[in-house]
Amino acid sequence: MQALVIVAHGSHLNPDSSTPTYDHADTIREVGAFDEVRTGFWKEEPSIREVLRTVEADEVYVVPLFISEGYFTEQVIPRELHLDGWDVADWDSDGLSASHVTLTATDVPDKTVHYCGPVGTHEAMTDVIVRRAETVTGDPNVGSGFGLAVVGHGTERNENSAKAIEYHADRIRDMDRFDEVQALYMDEEPEVDDVTDYFESDDVVVVPLFVADGFHTQEDIPEDMGLTDDYRDGYEIPTVVDGHRIWYAGAVGTEGLMADVVLERAADAGADVGDALEVVRERTRTTELAGEQ
Amino acid sequence: MSHHTDALVAAVESDGEVAQDGLTVSQHDDGYRLETPETRHDGLSEDELTEALADHDDYVTNWYFWTTVVGESSPQRRAYLRWVEGADDLSVSERYEALRDGVHREWGQLLVTVSVDDHGERSYDLRHVDDAGTDAEELDPYHEPLAARQLATYDEKGRYRPLKTGANLAGGWVFPELDARDLVEAVGTFYPASVPNWYREQNGSLDVEHWEDTIGRQTGMYSVIDTWNRGDGHEHVDWVAEACCDDSQCVKRREWQYNDETDLDVDGGDGAFPCREPCSLVIAASRKWTRLEGEETKTYEFELTPSEKQQVEDIIEAVADDRIDDIREADVYEGANRYRTRFLRAKLFDDDGNLCGVPTDDE
Repeated sequence: MQALVIVAHGSHLNPDSSTPTYDHADTIREVGAFDEVRTGFWKEEPSIREVLRTVEADEVYVVPLFISEGYFTEQVIPRELHLDGWDVADWDSDGLSASHVTLTATDVPDKTVHYCGPVGTHEAMTDVIVRRAETVTGDPNVGSGFGLAVVGHGTERNENSAKAIEYHADRIRDMDRFDEVQALYMDEEPEVDDVTDYFESDDVVVVPLFVADGFHTQEDIPEDMGLTDDYRDGYEIPTVVDGHRIWYAGAVGTEGLMADVVLERAADAGADVGDALEVVRERTRTTELAGEQ
Repeated sequence: MSHHTDALVAAVESDGEVAQDGLTVSQHDDGYRLETPETRHDGLSEDELTEALADHDDYVTNWYFWTTVVGESSPQRRAYLRWVEGADDLSVSERYEALRDGVHREWGQLLVTVSVDDHGERSYDLRHVDDAGTDAEELDPYHEPLAARQLATYDEKGRYRPLKTGANLAGGWVFPELDARDLVEAVGTFYPASVPNWYREQNGSLDVEHWEDTIGRQTGMYSVIDTWNRGDGHEHVDWVAEACCDDSQCVKRREWQYNDETDLDVDGGDGAFPCREPCSLVIAASRKWTRLEGEETKTYEFELTPSEKQQVEDIIEAVADDRIDDIREADVYEGANRYRTRFLRAKLFDDDGNLCGVPTDDE
């Protein structure tokens, strides 16, 4: 028996924080790739501390729904999971390359725990950003004539945060699909506030690399970019700012294809996911493929 | 012959013996033996065994349920289901008599009712305890255990519930006919990890982590809470437990104490299932209290009438007990009434919101 456990931050204040985690868990549950799919949270329940004891299977794949490697993936989650013998060096990561380690947890000693790297640094995440752009524009072929901005926190709290943003921005640039691709940050240069300074294209899709919608993606970024003076008034998609049409996508983590990255992480760690990857990639598409009517 | 009986006879043939809750059926040289606390038959042929089992239908369906439907794959699920119907306390005959009417168990604010139909099939009804006497037709029906996630997210006033075990679960819904597995899934969705922790407690293996241990392992923004423990008593943690962990606030039974040797002075409550360590809400609130409690006290001078002092106390009581919405708009006899409170503000606050014009900090 194999189980998937998705761990995420959650919130005491915002009910939307856990929504993407539940949605992706549901998507994966429906494809039946795992005998069990469970969720655990830092701020909600079951806590990460207690999630493994809710699992029946003996092979457990734990995938953190976090954007970058850092404090949570390296310290908090392993500690709260009671991972026995955890050493971050075992990930042998340059800040982007953590894949998985296999350990036991002291409170469920009969289980094998495959602790995976965060979803945000997986190469499949690049496709989610692109899919997000397709969803927000309603165009499965979006690219030509468009600029794409990938937005992150910045390095203030975690240097790996910016690495993940750069990594995906570079990969999307290499696709030659969008006319321009730019990484932008909330708390450092180049800042998302000045988004229109960094693009020549009339149309710019802005995708924040965040797991869930919340304060940053729903209040800060829309106001900082000038989509609205007050987030409570809402904004149009697209909104014209300084002569550019800004297609603001909201948190990438809400995109259905994120479930694919969770599966990729577990599969990389040895989970048998069958054809679930292909099924999820198609099921989570909300725009019609070119040529399909 | 029922499929339950078929399965039982097949199991005896392959294993030599089956036993469950007082029923034993075994294979011997002289034939089959059937024993219950009430009867014993020896030397039965297969047909005679089948015939004898027909007179012990309850034993047969009981065996089938625990062996085939529930099985041993999850000891905690099995233990919970047995607790729900009192399987370890009542004989099969007593239990089936009770099950035909429905056996009730409370679990936090949940009410589980298990009943058995004429074919010996169990069915579970799950609803809010406050809806105990309500006709199922008057409640919103759900069938998927994961529907509990949405029902647990908001309280009756539509406010987000950050704590799944908060004593503010909204009612008005029912899962009218869950099977055994889905019952435990639904219960675990309303109250995550409550069954595993209860099961560990039953086995004497609950890993309680006391305040000092839990605070001691915090890092980052929560590491500051450790400075609140100054080795001079645990009154501050008593206040935390009284504020957050009282039965009126959380349905878990607090088992964690100050440390291994020192119990808190506050009662842990009567919850059906245990709380094994300070939760993330307690931690987050304690971080704020650590900051606040670092302040020195200061003497302020206010002039209040006796009724005004009483009213300030009434307002604190009403907020602490979440009674604000129960105080009627025109009930000016209540100190925490909105008009009374607005009058107090109009009279006593200056333009900067200072009580009696006394600034909070020195100017």
